Amino acid sequence: MNMEVNFSGARFKNPVALASGTCGFGRELNKIIDLSRLGGISTKGLTLNRRDGNDGIRIWETEGGIMNSVGLENPGVKGFIDNELTFVRSLDTVGIVNLGGHSIDDYLEGIKLLNDVRLDILELNISCPNLKQGGMSFGVKTEIAREIVRKSRALCKHTLVVKLSPNAEDITALARMCEDEGADGVSLVNTFLALAIDINAKKPVFQNIYAGLSGPAIKPIALRMVHQVARAVKIPVMGMGGISNAGDAIEFIMAGASVIQVGTASFIDPSRPIEIVGGIEKYLSDNKIGDIREITGIV
Amino acid sequence: MAVILYHKKLSDGFFLLKAEAHARVFPGQFYMLRAWGDCPVLSRPVSVYDADGDGVTFLYKVVGKGTRIISKLKPGDDITLQGPYGNGFFDVLGDASGSIAMVGGGVGIAPFYYTAKKLKIKYPKVSVDMYLGFSGTPLLLDAFGRVSDNLVTDVGGYITDKIAPEKYGQILTCGPQAMMRALYQKCKTAGVSEKLYVSLENRMACGIGTCLVCSCRTTDGNKKTCADGPVFKGEAVFSL
Repeated sequence: MNMEVNFSGARFKNPVALASGTCGFGRELNKIIDLSRLGGISTKGLTLNRRDGNDGIRIWETEGGIMNSVGLENPGVKGFIDNELTFVRSLDTVGIVNLGGHSIDDYLEGIKLLNDVRLDILELNISCPNLKQGGMSFGVKTEIAREIVRKSRALCKHTLVVKLSPNAEDITALARMCEDEGADGVSLVNTFLALAIDINAKKPVFQNIYAGLSGPAIKPIALRMVHQVARAVKIPVMGMGGISNAGDAIEFIMAGASVIQVGTASFIDPSRPIEIVGGIEKYLSDNKIGDIREITGIV
Repeated sequence: MAVILYHKKLSDGFFLLKAEAHARVFPGQFYMLRAWGDCPVLSRPVSVYDADGDGVTFLYKVVGKGTRIISKLKPGDDITLQGPYGNGFFDVLGDASGSIAMVGGGVGIAPFYYTAKKLKIKYPKVSVDMYLGFSGTPLLLDAFGRVSDNLVTDVGGYITDKIAPEKYGQILTCGPQAMMRALYQKCKTAGVSEKLYVSLENRMACGIGTCLVCSCRTTDGNKKTCADGPVFKGEAVFSL
């Protein structure tokens, strides 16, 4: 049976990757699970300069999900290149480097530094707040996102995948724009902007007021968005959003995702992503399907 | 999966739970516990109260949905344990000598039974003074009495009022942030703040250092409470 996926030139041994922000740079998880059994790993979101992240509560549990407000704590692009890249590259799995920014210059400087190193895919996180636009995410309005995608594409030497925000005004228009501007693929969805209030303190739980919702609670909406986007573009799609088991993963694949990413479910059980690989294989075998590509986008 | 060997309600929502486990556990480490399917999403970080050849014992307090589910389990039921995680006290302490104080508040008393027990084995000449603060009924005083040379308790007040930090070679603390901060101030005033070691409690998701939701600010930059800690030098955390 074939589980291998060619995603715009990046060869995934199976369609299961770890989502950015839930696996660090792989060091800790690799002591618990064998990361080489996965298709890929998307690193903690980088920014040009090191960030210490947000103050206050960073995690809050909801029905069927979690909200997080880590605030992109990361070592910066240079710190990553100096201290983490060699390890990521040593893993026998597709290395996806996730990059965010708070201004266009941030993104471009980061891309320039990453152009000089070997990596498999650059995943551009356009969900960060745009400091010039009063903190609204770059990925909400298609025309604002276009400038970043266009300039990033022109500069980036790597396979470029744009990670879409589900908070976009029109996520299919956003995906089409990425395709028009030359992106090699899109990944979706990032977390949903959400709110929790501490009724005793009469204040938001999070210092930043809003935080990102992930986990099983968002799965059906994420799946719908992946389905819509996969129908709107010809470039390949990485799907994610609350995938917690092989059945969820197969749904995303049937909706049109060539590769899926597992995020929050790794917190339920760090070996869950590997169980998902096994579950997909069993499904293919039970249903006498010889190649994962036979079911990609069939719904 | 681990089988629950023992589960007893103490008082005020506190429980003692022993589950089968054979890992080598260091004092001050914790496990991530869950006894349900995918929701609630997060496992619960719980300190090790004791460990022996049969299993590991947890002292926990029911505070939300997860601990409530755990509190309903019976001996013979299964529970998922991930761990042991974290550095523990011995990692940070170096060598122990003379007199050591352990200051716990609320469910923060949990790590000190095993810590005192192991410390006494490792350093037979060390004396341990245990200071335990409770808001309700005092818990496990016989057990704590067995592993310490002096046991001082407080109910409803400030346990930190009862300690003279300058008497000790090392002071270990775990409990509410306000209690630990007050103890740090007291140590600082006495000129012995470098002798204080704190075990932090923080909201966690992964428990292994990947997600950064439990980051804490220290004089040495951000640290992961779960993987770099939970034990830190008091000055690293509270002198900021």
